[in-house]
Amino acid sequence: MSRDATEPLVIAAAPHLKGRDSTARIMWTVVGSLAPIVVAATYFFGPSALLVIGASCLGALGIERLLGKGGTLADGSAVITGILLGLTLPAGMPLWMAALGGAFAIGFGKLLFGGLGHNIFNPALLGRAFLQAAFPVAITTWPAITVPHWWSLRGDNFALPFMRASAADAVTAATPLGLMKFEHKGTALVNLMLGTTGGSLGETAGLLILLCGAYLAWRRYLNWRIPVSILVTVALLSDALHAIDPARYPAALFMIFSGGLLLGAVFMATDMVTAPVTNAGRWIFGAGIGLLVVVIRVWGGLPEGVMYAILLMNAVVPFINRATQPRPFGPRVVQEPAT
Amino acid sequence: MAEARAALLLRRLAGGVARAGFRHGVHPPECKELTAALPIRRMPFPDEVVLPLRQHAGKPARLVVRKGDHVERGDVVAVADGFVSSPVHASATGRVIDVDWWPHPDGSMCQSVRIALDRWSGQLPRPRVVPDWHGLTPAQVVQAVQDAGVVGLGGAAFPTHVKLQPPPGTTIDTLVVNGAECEPYLTTDHRIMVEYAERVHFGIRIMMHALGVPRCIVGVERNKPDAIAALERTRPADLDVTILPLTVKYPQGAEKLLIKSVLDREVPSGKLPASVGVIVQNVGSIAALAEIFETGLPLIERIVTVSGHGVQRPANLIVPVGTKARDLLAACGGLTDDAAEVLFGGPMMGNAVSNLDAPLLKGTTGVVVLTESEVRGREETACIRCGHCLDACPMFLNPSLLGDLARLGRYDDMQKERLGDCMLCGSCSYVCPSNIPLAQLFSASKSALRRNAATAGVKS
Repeated sequence: MSRDATEPLVIAAAPHLKGRDSTARIMWTVVGSLAPIVVAATYFFGPSALLVIGASCLGALGIERLLGKGGTLADGSAVITGILLGLTLPAGMPLWMAALGGAFAIGFGKLLFGGLGHNIFNPALLGRAFLQAAFPVAITTWPAITVPHWWSLRGDNFALPFMRASAADAVTAATPLGLMKFEHKGTALVNLMLGTTGGSLGETAGLLILLCGAYLAWRRYLNWRIPVSILVTVALLSDALHAIDPARYPAALFMIFSGGLLLGAVFMATDMVTAPVTNAGRWIFGAGIGLLVVVIRVWGGLPEGVMYAILLMNAVVPFINRATQPRPFGPRVVQEPAT
Repeated sequence: MAEARAALLLRRLAGGVARAGFRHGVHPPECKELTAALPIRRMPFPDEVVLPLRQHAGKPARLVVRKGDHVERGDVVAVADGFVSSPVHASATGRVIDVDWWPHPDGSMCQSVRIALDRWSGQLPRPRVVPDWHGLTPAQVVQAVQDAGVVGLGGAAFPTHVKLQPPPGTTIDTLVVNGAECEPYLTTDHRIMVEYAERVHFGIRIMMHALGVPRCIVGVERNKPDAIAALERTRPADLDVTILPLTVKYPQGAEKLLIKSVLDREVPSGKLPASVGVIVQNVGSIAALAEIFETGLPLIERIVTVSGHGVQRPANLIVPVGTKARDLLAACGGLTDDAAEVLFGGPMMGNAVSNLDAPLLKGTTGVVVLTESEVRGREETACIRCGHCLDACPMFLNPSLLGDLARLGRYDDMQKERLGDCMLCGSCSYVCPSNIPLAQLFSASKSALRRNAATAGVKS
């Protein structure tokens, strides 16, 4: 049975074949690769982790639904922002703050610039920067890892807006970076790698983050050059400082596995929209972040500097792109025939 | 040859896999299994053929017949108009029933000669003198090739004789034969190499004689082991001819990239392969050239692949030039119920035809019919700056930036960003997760630039 060849035909421009990747497919794969980290956070911080991450996702999705152009909820990018923001918050964060942060991240970090693809700064980090400015105490109240029961809340998650949080019942602990900066105390490396330390929800389990990142890099949804460049720069600089004064400056492995460096290097700096498009640019971008992280951590007033390092480098991405255009095909020096 | 062989050996030692090749590029599904093993067969003559005067790059041919004329198969119906032009010959015996505008595969209308076939004719060409290539000077070979109307059969349809006469002052040291056939679905060149390996080598011999080049390298993608074996088996002992297996990667068959893969030479921007001492010819063109010196017949038929999941019986066919797509598809059992798009050429660079009355040209490598499921679902979304297009572009352009400039109509800025190097291979569009029609934007921008250049003097 053959079709009558007089029916209308599709007329499209070449190429007529299309690769399988789509924006939504990339985004949802990233969401999938964040799932193990969310599970780990829940294991370490109990139901508070799910509540905080859920609240920040809700805030992000709510504002995307409200202000975004139609159909952008399904592309998954707001979910990534919500999860990533949640992972950078402490477990005891009041939920309304987390939700507000998610809404700010998408509203100001993405939609204000024109939506997906047009934003300059990583939305999740912009959301976190907003929360840090607005609620400096809540965002640096780190709950202790040891609590009576796994299911007990790690702080006053259900505090109402603008009420003083009842911090009395929360047991707090310092993060490894805080211990190092203010008390010059180290933390065992194995704890840093596995995640049994204080800190934000998703930043503690270093090895797991690397594993999830490796999967994304293998799928080519994450450019490996950026995290490698960041980590190598941080390692080289901190090793050099450590060689000068081992008592004051921590060793390279401590620097890499403490704080939000791995989460930032693997999942935030590699955000396609806000990272350079050229490979040379990606190396420069990563090296800049690594340098700023070490500078802020060692000489700055804050114990942690990953967030500002990435945001600052986000701002110069257009210049990096312009400076690192690919080398043209053809000989480097075109020899004009002698006349 | 020694250089290419040594380079290949080094690459084999270094990587395990021979990474002979260019950087970047993409890996679309090959889809060649539909026709790769099917022997070439001859399609029965249709009732009518349509011969457009514009079938080659360069100036259209000049008409020499009138309505009502009787033409024999192989007779000239239009002569070359200048050096960069090619004549058109009647592909069948019959009567010229019309000389008028007719749908061209590129979507435009073109002056074409319509020939109604003589029902009782045996379609035998007039007896011919077969030229003996030994006795011909290079200039005489060039003339013979032009008179036979041979053009590049790989798709671009650049007159072959023009390539046989490299610009004065250039020295050609290598003839590169293009057997890459990197377009999905197409198996035309593949079958030519398998079935007509000796003819290909005969063509190479004549071409080396005409060009006076000492060596020839035939580049064939590794997915055609039978073609490589056939060419190796028939390789003449007295000529310096190398068969070089190439990595399977699109667009391996693009002229500049093939030269890069085979000789590791880069053709400068805006220059011809002759500037690096190379002439590239497609295997199909070489076989067509050989036929002139075997039978004396001009280019009046060609081999095409009819394939795709939208066609009932995919095939490799010898088809008279000027056969309408409708007749060709009918000879292959017609379209399937879910056929949606008919392409002239492969799916990466071929163009969709709106009218099945469009005739097959000398440069048509195949007809591919895609189904509804293959053409659906391409909604465009915002660019997410993933940079995959930069990693795909074999010419090292920045398609993302060029796309932005195209949307803004900044064509002159696109030219500064080397739009001229873009060969519209479509690798960027293929990988784009946001379905941005980059290749289409670039094609439109190139047209806009040409138009601006053409009207520049008029406006001022």
